[in-house]
This record gives sequence, C-alpha cells and structure tokens, in this order.
Amino acid sequence: MNITDDIAGLRRILTRYRSIAVVGISANWYRPSYFAAKYMLDHGYQIFPVNPNYSEVLGRKCYPTIAAIPESVDIVDCFRKPAEMVPLAHEAVAKGAKVLWMQLGIRNDEAAMIASAAGLDVVMNHCVKIEHARILGGLNWAGVNTGVISSRRA
Amino acid sequence: MADHLYGFDTLCLHAGHIPDAATGARALPIYQTTSFVFDSADHAASLFNLQTFGNVYSRISNPTVAALEERVAALEGGRAGLAAATGMAAQMTALLTLCRAGDHLVASRTLYGGTYSQFAVTFAQFGIDVTFVDPDDPENFRRARKGNTKALYAETIGNPQLNIADLDALATIAHDAGIPLVIDNTLASPYLCRPIEHGADIVVHSLTKYLGGHGTTMGGILVESGKFPWDNGNFPQMTEPSRGYHGVRFYETFGDFGFTMKARMETMRTLGPTLSPLSAFLLLQGIETLHVRMPRHCESTLAIAQHLSEHPQIAWVNYPLLSGNRYEALARKYLPSGASGILTFGVKGGAEAGVRFIESVQMLSHLANVGDAKSLVIHPASTTHRQLSEDEQRAAGVLPEMIRLSVGLESLSDILWDLDQALNNSQ
Ligand SMILES: Cc1ncc(COP(=O)(O)O)c(C=O)c1O
Repeated sequence: MNITDDIAGLRRILTRYRSIAVVGISANWYRPSYFAAKYMLDHGYQIFPVNPNYSEVLGRKCYPTIAAIPESVDIVDCFRKPAEMVPLAHEAVAKGAKVLWMQLGIRNDEAAMIASAAGLDVVMNHCVKIEHARILGGLNWAGVNTGVISSRRA
Repeated sequence: MADHLYGFDTLCLHAGHIPDAATGARALPIYQTTSFVFDSADHAASLFNLQTFGNVYSRISNPTVAALEERVAALEGGRAGLAAATGMAAQMTALLTLCRAGDHLVASRTLYGGTYSQFAVTFAQFGIDVTFVDPDDPENFRRARKGNTKALYAETIGNPQLNIADLDALATIAHDAGIPLVIDNTLASPYLCRPIEHGADIVVHSLTKYLGGHGTTMGGILVESGKFPWDNGNFPQMTEPSRGYHGVRFYETFGDFGFTMKARMETMRTLGPTLSPLSAFLLLQGIETLHVRMPRHCESTLAIAQHLSEHPQIAWVNYPLLSGNRYEALARKYLPSGASGILTFGVKGGAEAGVRFIESVQMLSHLANVGDAKSLVIHPASTTHRQLSEDEQRAAGVLPEMIRLSVGLESLSDILWDLDQALNNSQ
C-alpha cells in the first residue's frame, strides 16, 4: 500500500498539487476544518468546500459532493468519521484525484487500499495544515519539534 | 520511505534551525525585535485567530526563541516546547496551565529550594494546594492524590539531595489517576536522561544550568510529550472553548501540541515571563556542545567522588553512581551514561570546618549556582539555608558540614589539587 508519511513524500504532495476538496468543512471559524481550509487558502491553494449543509463557506461556493465540483481536484481532504472513508475513497478515485488525505484522528485501511490500488497517494491521521506548516515553514515558530533537519535554506 | 533518524549529537547542533531563508546565514540570527509586520488585514486576522502560524509580538513567539524551543523539544523526544525567562518561570507556566484555584498538586519534598517556595508560598496564595511527599517510596504520591489533583511533580535528580526519582513508577501512578507527570530534568539534562521515554508527560528545565552550560544566561523551558490524553475528563480547559482565546478548543485544534499552544497563548501571553531572543541565542550556543560537555562533567565528578571517599578529612561523600550510594540502582537504571556533575560531601569538623574549606579554595568559585563550565562550591548551611535552624536544615537534607560541588570542565588534576589544599586548610 502507498501510505505517505515521510517528509520527502509529504513535501512532494504539498508542492506538486494545488487544489483541495475539503470534505466535511464547517462554516464555524473556530472549527479545525475551517482553520485548515483557511490556512491552505492563505498559502495559495485552491479550495473547494464540500458539505451538503452549506451553500457557501470561506466566501466560496460549497458543493454537496465531490462529484459536484465542476473543476479537477488534486487532494481530497477528509474531515469525516473513519466509517465514511470507504465511499469517499471511491468518490476520490472517480473524480480523478491524486491524493486521498484522511485528517488527524482518522484511519481506514480499506479506504487506503482502494485509493492506493487506483494509483492515488494516501495520507492518514495527519492534518494537512499542520503538515504543511511543519515541512514548508511556520510550525517551527510555535516551538513544535518538526523533525526537519536541513543544511539548505528554508 | 522512512525519514532518516538523526542521532542526539546531531540534534544538539541542528534541530530547530535551518539556514535563514533571506540571507543564508548559517548561525542562528538574533531576531532582536518586539514585533512583526502583517502582510494584510486578513493575514493579521488569521494570526490572531491562530488560523495560521506566524509571529506577532515577541512576548508570544520569536524566531530565535523558537529555534531554542524546537531544539530542546527534539533533545527531550517531545512534541513541542515553550521557553521562559527562567527555570522558575517555565515550571510556573506549566503548572498554571494545568491548575487553577482549588486544584491540588503532589510534589516530591526534595525539590530545589526555590521551587519548594514557589509551591508552598506563592501557589498557596493563588489557592493551589501542594502536598509534599517523600519520593523514595513512589506510592506516597498515590496516597497523597485527591480528586482535585492535577499533576505529580518531581526532579530527575533532586537538588541538592541528589536523590533519583523512580520515573517509571511515578508515571504509572500519574496515569492510573489520569493526570500528567511533570519532571524537572535540570540536573540530568536530556543527554543523561529523557524522562518522556519513561512516561513523563511534561518536562521542565532551568536552562540556566547544563543546557546553557556556561553560567552566562538565565532561561527555562517546558516540553510536552504529545502523548497525554487531555480529553480524559480531568482537563476541561483543554477541551472546552477557551475564554482567553475566543472559543478555540486547544486539544481539538492543535492535538498533540495543544498543551504547549495553550501555555503559550494563554499563560505566557497573559503573565509575560518570556525569554529574550539574545538569551535564547546564548543558551542555544551552549546546547551545541551539550553532548561534548556532559560526559566530561560526569567523568570528572565520579573521579572526584572516588578520590574524596578515600580522603582522611572527609566524613562522607554523596554521588548517585558511587558504589554503595543508596540511589545507585536507580542511577544505573535512569542515568546509565553518568549521574551528572554535582556531588555533596561532609568535611570533618562540622560547620566551622565547612566555612574554612570554602574560604580556602583558590580556583573553585564560591557561588550559588550549578551546571556551569567552571567548578562551583557552596556551603549551604552558611549561605542558602542560613536562615534555618540546625534542626530545620537537617530536615531539608542540609547537614552543617555539607559542601555542594558542581564539577566544571577544568583539568581534573587542578580541581583535585584545589580540593586537597582547601581541605588541609579546613582542619
Ligand atoms: C533543579 C532546579 N530547578 C529549577 C531551578 C530554577 O531555575 P532558575 O534559577 O533558572 O529560575 C533551579 C535553579 O537552581 C534548579 O536547580
């Protein structure tokens, strides 16, 4: 299976791909899903909110499903329960996404297998915002042990 | 592909600092600034909402201080760190993030005297009650725990008793109660012991001692393991919307570094005992040679302990790794590569002989600190503990004839020579 959790692999995903469907996004500004989407938007990514309960989040049109997004999607970032990951993996594959990303606290090996078999990269149990800040800068300012050691300029 | 795991020595030199993006400077720049410009009103809002990571004001975070925080967090095998102006400020920040008025702590009764006063006098004024127990039987911590106990607290190596905490046993007792174990690892340093590997949840340091290592700079730090389950019901301040930070739930939002974020954004931001960037730079310079200095401190100290234990003018010697010491087994378990650079001994002839010894040293420095590159001596009965009666001194583990020696990095033969000539003059 193709699970990515090393620095080089995450860096490749976060630098190569630019569009993210945030599935299960909340419209409340203090919820983690909103935090993550706002952060990625601020860092130059294209964000497609996905949640059937809202028509607009972060000033962007919010879609009921991944399939309803009219443009191509690179990363399907999931803020849903582990049990909902299998159908989301199928939707991500059908959409032609490149990465199935399950957020912090979410693991589902079956979903990972489905996405991986279709050639997608899979990330599990990581926050897209925290990993971006860890590897591409910012999290170090919060005193976090990023694990990044390098003699090259940031 | 798994990430390469760097060794401890490499982390001493590299963790937390990659060359400056703007200039390529290899050494850590000193960001001597109070404040940082915002890119836009929206960027400012994101920073204040904690939606993006960045610097606003150096009371809260600063890139030079952050490099130090990450480095110590990496050396301790922790998830995140928060530096403070002194060791006292760091432990206060950790404990005031855990406790409020009406809460309770169980602490070892063999703590550094300043820490004892912080808990017994100052925390009492805040309405936080501390029970002090004999740490030699870890079950004393379990017996003293109450429904409102929020943490257990001990020092890896007690100062100045040099008793060793049974970290594994304390961690089990803390976790059985659903509360964190907080360990002051100052005298050991992460080179000799990493309490998180033994179950500690929060490690605090006085960076003033071995980490800085040169007696130049005050500082402290707290490090969070990232493993404590803050949603176990005992810490609503970690899981409920924060009053101090417009409704953010720290554990949900920041996960395994949520405690450090809360300590930074609430306790440090509102109480303000922040480390300065220049101090962070000086402390970090020291840390770059921690792995070179600590073995030498340990070797010289063991050699001196052995020399003194055969010395005719010496009544007793206390060093955990000296054979026959009552903490030898715990020291071999928790401090396998050395028991640090501090020993105590008794000069024959009681308090007066102790004073004469101190007045006779020529190269050892008579002052109230430990963990300097230079050798330091003090006679606690006539200095740090002189306000106490002899009975009170004995209860605090300070015997009239006791000398505390913090062994530095000078030629071992010169330290031995100075000890011997001062001992001869003491009689
Ligand atoms: C074990 C221990 N903890 C904490 C402290 C307090 O540190 P600081 O003097 O940096 O406030 C000291 C200082 O002597 C110490 O020895």
